[in-house]
Amino acid sequence: MEIVMAFVCGFLFMAAVYLILSRSLLRIIIGTGLLSHGAHLLILTMGSFKGTVPPVLSDGVTDFADPLPQALILTAIVISFGVTAFFLVLAYRAYSELKTDDMSLMRGSEENE
Amino acid sequence: MFQVFCIFIPLLAAIFMPFFFKKISSIHTGWFVLVVPVFLVIYYATFVPAISKGDTIIEQLEWIPSLGISFVSYLDGLSLLFSLLISGIGALVVLYSIYYLDRTREKLHNFYIYLLMFMCAMLGVVQSDNMMTLYLFWELTSISSFLLIGYWNNRDKSRFGALKSTMITVAGGMMMLGGFVLLSIMGDTFSIRELIAQAPELVTNDLFVVALVLILLGAFTKSAQFPFYIWLPDAMEAPTPVSAYLHSATMVKAGIYLVARFTPIFAQSEVWVWLVSATGLLTLFWGSFFALKQRDLKGILAFSTVSQLGLIMSLLGVGAIAYHVEGAESSIFKYAAFAAIFHLINHATFKGSLFMIAGIVDHETGTRDIRKLGGLMSIMPVSFTVAIIGSFSMAGLPPFNGFLSKEMFLTAMISIAQFDLFNFSTWGILFPIIAWIASVFTFIYSFYFVFKTFTGKGNIEELPHKPHEAPVGMLISPVILAGLVVVLFFIPNILADTFIKPAVMAIQPFLYSSPEQINIHVAAWHGEITTELYMTFGIIALGLVLYLTLAKWQKMYNLFPSKLTLNNLYDFVIYELFDKWVARLSGQYMTGSIRRYLSYMLGSIAIIVIATLFIQDAFRVSFEDASPIRPHQIIVILVLVVGTITTVFAKSRITSIVALGLVGYTVSLFFVMFNAPDLALTQLVIETISVALFLLAFYHLPQYRKEEERTRFRFSRAFVSIAVGVMVTLVALSAHSQKFIGSISEYYKETVYSLAGGGNIVNVILVDYRGFDTLFEVAVLAIAGIGIFAMIKLRLSTKGDKL
Repeated sequence: MEIVMAFVCGFLFMAAVYLILSRSLLRIIIGTGLLSHGAHLLILTMGSFKGTVPPVLSDGVTDFADPLPQALILTAIVISFGVTAFFLVLAYRAYSELKTDDMSLMRGSEENE
Repeated sequence: MFQVFCIFIPLLAAIFMPFFFKKISSIHTGWFVLVVPVFLVIYYATFVPAISKGDTIIEQLEWIPSLGISFVSYLDGLSLLFSLLISGIGALVVLYSIYYLDRTREKLHNFYIYLLMFMCAMLGVVQSDNMMTLYLFWELTSISSFLLIGYWNNRDKSRFGALKSTMITVAGGMMMLGGFVLLSIMGDTFSIRELIAQAPELVTNDLFVVALVLILLGAFTKSAQFPFYIWLPDAMEAPTPVSAYLHSATMVKAGIYLVARFTPIFAQSEVWVWLVSATGLLTLFWGSFFALKQRDLKGILAFSTVSQLGLIMSLLGVGAIAYHVEGAESSIFKYAAFAAIFHLINHATFKGSLFMIAGIVDHETGTRDIRKLGGLMSIMPVSFTVAIIGSFSMAGLPPFNGFLSKEMFLTAMISIAQFDLFNFSTWGILFPIIAWIASVFTFIYSFYFVFKTFTGKGNIEELPHKPHEAPVGMLISPVILAGLVVVLFFIPNILADTFIKPAVMAIQPFLYSSPEQINIHVAAWHGEITTELYMTFGIIALGLVLYLTLAKWQKMYNLFPSKLTLNNLYDFVIYELFDKWVARLSGQYMTGSIRRYLSYMLGSIAIIVIATLFIQDAFRVSFEDASPIRPHQIIVILVLVVGTITTVFAKSRITSIVALGLVGYTVSLFFVMFNAPDLALTQLVIETISVALFLLAFYHLPQYRKEEERTRFRFSRAFVSIAVGVMVTLVALSAHSQKFIGSISEYYKETVYSLAGGGNIVNVILVDYRGFDTLFEVAVLAIAGIGIFAMIKLRLSTKGDKL
């Protein structure tokens, strides 16, 4: 399963990078969303899928899934959410100020470089 | 301690100059400055008896002991001679500048601060035994020279000249630093004395020739050797005292000093002998040839300086041959080093006086253009006399000191033709020929300089000022120097015993153990007619003929294409290559487009990682550790892939956002399948909020437009994204397939209840084992919240018209 998941993560990264390289600000933000999904799945995959029960103590079972990657991902999810929210509002503000969402128009000019 | 301190006296004195200038404005600041070099001359003169016996005096002041860097004042024949030149001519130049620069119109405090700074730097250069401090002072001379050339900084030409000289000399200085570092690696010391002691072992080192060439580049740029001489003529925009001091007597001789100082180390090498002698000779010829093209008095003197420095340099190169000759004490090559030092002293005297005369002419007539000058002989008799003495000495005529050193120069050049090592037997014959031709040109431009200025008809009425003889104070210094020119002709052996022989000992320390062993006796007349005397006759005869017909053939200089000069090459490199082409090049890839930068970054990361994987042979796929694949997992994966493809290629934004939501929920399904309940829960909630947020934000954002882009970029975009995807897959596969140590999680699993008292291991990790992460993750959320609030609420820029 880990082998398949490696390909899934690679696919997510590919799609994310493709979106991030687009002109529209919206697509870029969606791309970052896909990128964080890919990263989270990658962390989980790298922790391996051994263990058959969730990492919660219960009587008689010791075959837990690895809890550490899960803790890391949980932190990462929250942080990427915060960043995405910020980014969204930033895009909104940029659009309301600049009246464009086209990245190729948002260049530094000679004066404000 | 006082000896090291003396190097810094000029720098200390410089601090007080603004006070003198501002507070005691009735007295010319130069008089206060004059005290410093006069004191230094007297102080260094006290060392003369000891040094002339062959002693060396050394004093050290630790600066960075842990790195072996210290200020060292090492006085031997060579450095004492230079110290005396620096302080002696410094005193005369300061005296001259008192009359040259006007007290009320010039910013004298600046001038004298720079000048004193320079004096300190030069003393440091010639006395430093530690290469690092030598380099420090070396660059200080470049900086102070820059400031002095650009002294009249409201003139374009001054700024241009200052920049040019700094570019070239600092570039050379950097090379020299590299050479020093290599030398210190080879010899494990910064001390030149210790390196000289190790010289025989150093020759075999692989770095030796590299260090040699680098140090020579430093010396050649500073001493205006071919092809780096181009800064010197442009440095003539400096006030004349500066030209006389820096660009004839002292700074340009720093390179000479460096070559002389390092001769005991590098002379073992054939490369050194050839480079130094050939470059010197080429410079000698080139400078003397093009001096006649000049119309500016100081321009002639600048080229003449270039040429004479080449002469000294070539003599040092020939002197290095003494290291390769059996029984060198009796060979002819010992003359070369002697002649180099002798000519160095002579050049400092006559060139200093000539520059001062050029300054006087400029000061009294208002022009330095030789075509406008003429017939000043009867108006400025004293200046004329001094100019005659200086020029004739430069031309190598008796009874002036230039004659003696020129004779010795010719002797050395003739002897090299008979030398049969390093291919000198074939090429060596060129040396006396080129030297002779250059001497002829030297003769002509010396006459050109003095007679075109002072004799002939001239049109005195048309000069900017009405000419008259310079004030007495201005004439003191050139008269003293001209006096020396004559005196040195008659007492060369006293000079030789006191200064030259100890200096030669510093250049050729292996050959002699005391200065008395150098059995060279200078005489104006050997009592016999030698080859070099015939050559001198030839120089005078041909020189006179060519000078008298100068008007006819001087036009030939115009035949040289003005595009193919070294100055044009410099301008091209600085202004075309760097300013235009490099700017154009960086404009090519620095487009300001963030997409482009991102594709550079992501693409290069992918390529580097993939390449490294295969170069290091790190790529593995192992199916051993993998857990089984279940059918329902395949279905979820298919859903995820479909969702992702939809997200990427959706035509409308609402499709995109829903598809992104779909991906998020499948990810949370993955978390369910892989036994991560907390993650699944969080992912569900977050995904829901995110989708809501996206929808909210999209309400304010414009519709998707069709992606319009050039096919070239579409290709690179596809390439970069595929490369990144492949990279992630490959890295994930390799990382999965080769795990070396187990997980730390066993510890958490075992102790979660006994130590932390919890059952949910993930939550315990988050708040107990690794609570810090959580703390700052909370901080991140808080900051994001505040940031969002601030972005929406604070709209300072909407009032203005620009973002």
